[in-house]
Amino acid sequence: MTAVFSIFLLCLLVITAAAVIRTTNLFVAVMLMGIFSLLIAVSFFLLDAADVALTEAAVGAGISTVLFLSALAALTEEERKQAGGRVTALISVSITGLLMAYATLHKPDFGDPSAPAHQHLTPWFMQTTAEQIDIPNVITAILGSFRGYDTLGEVFVVLVAGIGVLFLLSSPRPSSQDKRSSEGLKHYLIPRMIGRLLIPFILLFGLYVQFHGEYGPGGGFQAGALIAASIILYGLLEGQQRALAVLPIKFLRLLMASGALLYAGVGVVGILRGSYFLDYSVLAADPVTAQQVGIILIEAGVGMTVTGVLLSVYHAFVARGKLQ
Amino acid sequence: MNLALHYPVLQVIIPMLMAPLALLVQHRKLAWLLASVTSLCAFALAIAIAQLVLQGSSYAYPLGGWQAPFGIELRVDSFSAIVLIIVSGASTAALLAGYQSLAQDIEEDRASLFYAAWLLALAGLLGIVVAADAFNIFVFMEIASLASYILVAGSSDRRALPAVFKYLIMGTIGATFYLIGIGLLYIMTGTLNLSDLEVRILAVEDQTPILMAAGFISVGLALKAAIFPLHAWLPNTYSFAPHAVTAFLAACSTKVALYVFLRIDFFVFQRTLSDHAAQFSIYLLPLAVAGILYGSAMAIREPLAKRLFAWSSVAQIGYIVLGVSLVSQAGLSAGILHMFNHALAKGAIFIGIIVLASQCQQLTPTALNGLGRKHPLIGIAFVVAGLSLVGIPGTAGFVSKWLLIDAILEHHRWSIALLMVVLASSLMAVVYLAKVCETLFFKTPETTVVQPLPKLAIALLLLVSFANLIFGVAPGLPLELANNAASLLLEHTL
Repeated sequence: MTAVFSIFLLCLLVITAAAVIRTTNLFVAVMLMGIFSLLIAVSFFLLDAADVALTEAAVGAGISTVLFLSALAALTEEERKQAGGRVTALISVSITGLLMAYATLHKPDFGDPSAPAHQHLTPWFMQTTAEQIDIPNVITAILGSFRGYDTLGEVFVVLVAGIGVLFLLSSPRPSSQDKRSSEGLKHYLIPRMIGRLLIPFILLFGLYVQFHGEYGPGGGFQAGALIAASIILYGLLEGQQRALAVLPIKFLRLLMASGALLYAGVGVVGILRGSYFLDYSVLAADPVTAQQVGIILIEAGVGMTVTGVLLSVYHAFVARGKLQ
Repeated sequence: MNLALHYPVLQVIIPMLMAPLALLVQHRKLAWLLASVTSLCAFALAIAIAQLVLQGSSYAYPLGGWQAPFGIELRVDSFSAIVLIIVSGASTAALLAGYQSLAQDIEEDRASLFYAAWLLALAGLLGIVVAADAFNIFVFMEIASLASYILVAGSSDRRALPAVFKYLIMGTIGATFYLIGIGLLYIMTGTLNLSDLEVRILAVEDQTPILMAAGFISVGLALKAAIFPLHAWLPNTYSFAPHAVTAFLAACSTKVALYVFLRIDFFVFQRTLSDHAAQFSIYLLPLAVAGILYGSAMAIREPLAKRLFAWSSVAQIGYIVLGVSLVSQAGLSAGILHMFNHALAKGAIFIGIIVLASQCQQLTPTALNGLGRKHPLIGIAFVVAGLSLVGIPGTAGFVSKWLLIDAILEHHRWSIALLMVVLASSLMAVVYLAKVCETLFFKTPETTVVQPLPKLAIALLLLVSFANLIFGVAPGLPLELANNAASLLLEHTL
């Protein structure tokens, strides 16, 4: 049954992808991309990758659609006519795709228990998580502790992406337009009322995902995206100024910097206590508790940076755009 | 607490931790000072690591206390030490020399964002170099690439934006290809640690996905390293970026990609195929030769000095690739030493551009006319760096070129043809350098705006040019590191 559903989903994915390429209207393309992300999220879920599915749904289908739309507000809706080069692009993309498909023909089957990916490191991860970290979600243990350095890097990727958008969008404009802020949906009663009802639930779910990452799918990345989404929704409904009154730009910048500093700072404490960078087991007297404390702290850092960056980027786009 | 143990990780996290702080400093001079001091610290650490590495062989650092292959490991050896010195040195010199020049490009309220991005670019590049884990390399590659797009986009020249967009697309394709390759390797071996991969890859029965992975990784990294014919993003990116950014990136960013390329190729893939060494040469050697000739020819045709030297970078990358594609001790050590020497020469040249550009409003083809005659000391320092690029005896460039010729003569089959290529391209380098010298010394100056000379930049120019001479006479430390690195890489071949 799952196989049939997967094939159905994959067909839909291909159709959506083709539609994104075919359309010349950028607004349509953005909407289709949202659908594409949602379909991918469902496929990830079918593959039992709940953490990735949650991230894809929150970031891919949610936040990035909003960001695309606010960027679109500063541009025109129609794609410019392309002079050519599409055939070359099609050929090179097809060749790459065929090569990838050919490479995967020889890989172990999906779910094959004897595959190297399941045999080599996974048993150690399962066992050590139970013994030394003692949390049910092994994924969080891998991301937060065993490969915590990669996750630290990812936080800085988010930070540098935020810095990039802020840097580019704060450049002086070529034409002298004054800054505009959106009015929101103040004059649309029904969406405004329904939207307002949703905000506390999104916020609550965001906090749940943030602090429940050790037990179920979730963690700082997803939570940051959800919390940012609730504020963005507020901004969409009530206008940018009201959203800025809740969380001002200066505070957002502080938030994104301090999240990254908190994560790296926890790592440095490991060195100062005579162990290695990012070794959480020295944070408290009992190494198992210490690991949990460390993971909660770094997840908080991740959530802070992601929220700060996404909201700063959103405000930067809205300030630059013509009209919401 | 034994601090020396933590050097590899401190090398990365010091600039990384300073970046969010720089973000919060809303003051141009303070942000610059913070970035410069941090970069200087990183440079000092890199030298300390090089000395430690020369005493022992290599050492590993298990992050979070989890042993590899379960946790992530950092590893420094002679090869990483020389690249660490290049990266941190280039960043320090460019930052110190670039204050005035960057102040013209970037407004006060954006300066803190810019210097935070600079620190992250530095941390990313250093992080790639010390990483011993294939996925970790990818993460830091992302940081370094995103940050360098920001740096290039900082230019006040609006043509930088299309250039950086092209760079972004190409860079993303390169990184994606690398990631696809890593994914395939993980499917087939179940590990990401480089030394674990080296062992486990031999046990894989069906080598097709491994071959595909090798292809994807090599093409992706070649794109990042601007190996001919994947260099299309380089000339415009380098010529429209802020001058200080060009000095930083031209000296080190493609070399870091080359470093990863060599490391993964030699450490992971060399043993999987009988004859892999021969195949490595068959593919890379012609590309190196074509890159050398094409880059030099384009440099000769180019009227704009900054872009001329960007084209020359395409040729110089060709030299490095030519050296390593010989897959011999002499060839590899010549290639690796050339990474260092080219960084020294190009760094000095672009710092020279910072100084010269301060004396004219825009870098038009005629803007530099007669500036060398007006400021002879600057002109001479600039020419010394140029001579090192050509490879005149007595300069650093000569040492690596001499070693390269030596390695070519060892490689019997094509030695005469390759020798001709090196000689021809050296002559071409003389031609394009002569073109720049003619502009600097023998053309009548335009009515230029008289602006105060940036003193720190001039001091840096003199220092780096002088280093070109010093390392031309006594190539001690870099040569020793390059030799060790070459034997280290060769240990991993069949």
